[in-house]
Amino acid sequence: MSNLSGKYAVVGVGETQVGKRPEATTNSLHVEAIRLCLEDAGVDASQVDGLLTNQPLTDAHRSYAVRLAHMAGIDPNYATDLALGGATPIAMIQNAVMAIEAGMANYVVCVHARKRATPDPTPGYPIRSGDEHWEQPWGHFSAVANHAFAATRHMHEFGTTSEDLGQIAVSTRKHACLNKNATMQKPMTIEDHQNSRLIVEPLHLFDCSLESDGGAALLVTSMERARDLPRKPVQVLGMGQHHPHSSVMDAPTLTTLGSRRSSEAAYRMAGLGPKDMDFAQFYDCFTITTLITIEDYGFCGKGEGKDFIKDGRIEVGGEIPVNTHGGLLSQAHLEGIMHVTEGVKQLRGDAVEPERQVQGAKAGVISGHGGSLCMHASLVLGVQ
Amino acid sequence: MSKSEAHDKRGRAAPRNEPFLAEVEAQPFWDNLKEHKLTVQQCNACGTYFNFPPQAMCAKCLSSDNEWVPVSGKGTVYSFVTYHRAWHPAYQDQIPYNVSLVDLDEGPRLVSNVIDIPPEDVQVGMAVEVVFEDHENYTLPKFKPSG
Repeated sequence: MSNLSGKYAVVGVGETQVGKRPEATTNSLHVEAIRLCLEDAGVDASQVDGLLTNQPLTDAHRSYAVRLAHMAGIDPNYATDLALGGATPIAMIQNAVMAIEAGMANYVVCVHARKRATPDPTPGYPIRSGDEHWEQPWGHFSAVANHAFAATRHMHEFGTTSEDLGQIAVSTRKHACLNKNATMQKPMTIEDHQNSRLIVEPLHLFDCSLESDGGAALLVTSMERARDLPRKPVQVLGMGQHHPHSSVMDAPTLTTLGSRRSSEAAYRMAGLGPKDMDFAQFYDCFTITTLITIEDYGFCGKGEGKDFIKDGRIEVGGEIPVNTHGGLLSQAHLEGIMHVTEGVKQLRGDAVEPERQVQGAKAGVISGHGGSLCMHASLVLGVQ
Repeated sequence: MSKSEAHDKRGRAAPRNEPFLAEVEAQPFWDNLKEHKLTVQQCNACGTYFNFPPQAMCAKCLSSDNEWVPVSGKGTVYSFVTYHRAWHPAYQDQIPYNVSLVDLDEGPRLVSNVIDIPPEDVQVGMAVEVVFEDHENYTLPKFKPSG
């Protein structure tokens, strides 16, 4: 098998304004993100021949990718919706690489937008996780509670505390305060975290991500084509996935997740390891997700995350800055697509506010995590 | 669109608090519970106990020859949480309440509640045993500390 590491690159990113967008719809946010991405890349919609989407909650079209293509002036030779929850944005980049390598497309747009902060007037249909009827009769609802199971178990096995989880929320908020396009702009203390109300114990409100409106898109093409485009190409160096269970009822463990094997595959493809990474953008639907991911990606041993995250180690200027944009916790929850755009922008070196730029960044790792802690995808990006 | 298909403004299915009794592969589970018997699926070809939710074939050997067999009703708390928010009106008066992942001694895991003790007294690794909570049309297996 040939190694595709470095053969394909992200050559454009678009990020809409996030937060509350009452004037927008899910559809308009998707098209806006694509327009911004293509403007950034210097590529016309007529050149785009591939489109990957994440089926939105509020659209009943059988293929949203095909619907969206024809709202955005794209006539695709390759288009599909992917469905891996918060692992989808990374899976899109991976599928774009595979489609271009297979000769099915040359320029693939990967896009996701959602409208969860303000109502969306688009007629939709009810979406489910699939196992609700084995959970709700016992009063078990929502992703918060499944992640709270993982937090309880991590606390039991390794002595992690709620204050430790609070440190992740506090560090992430610091980064959001340096990002003009982040929803939360007020600094947070551990005391603020502890005083925020309990949602599903042991998780507090400030352990939970935001509900947001917004969207983002990325354009993937070959390095050969990238050389003719205006932006510094950010190469896809490593890719991995692992989906070790499907429900909390069949999870072999909730303290080591698909993030372990997925990251190992991505590092192997890149020929790099955690020590080579200049930053990490780690999916943070809840603080516990980030903690487990830091451990599973090899930045410290299993159970050592609670000490590793202290002393500014995961902040800009620290050993491994994590979620330099403010993450799902404090920037916006767009299922992690802005973890990917942020990774690209950090590697361009001139695309974020100087206060949160990781100086001299050459490589970074990005994670996506979905469902009942069951789906995981990894991406290593780098520049020459 | 039936009432159970209702969804919120964000497009998510509205929460409900009753089991889906018409699920074909789960009918023996709910029928046996009415008689206060907790049963799990076991493969007749390879002996494996199935995980929940129920399914037609063994995930280990793909045989479709399986049956619902009684279990001891004893288990261990793998993890637990305490709800401080009610997602469904039926739970508004119950918060704070416990939800646990209970690993049955035979292997399969259920989402359920540890009852009869305050939620702050539940612990990981706690030994529990099944109790049956009868409702008008169905019976729910719940758990209390053993002994």
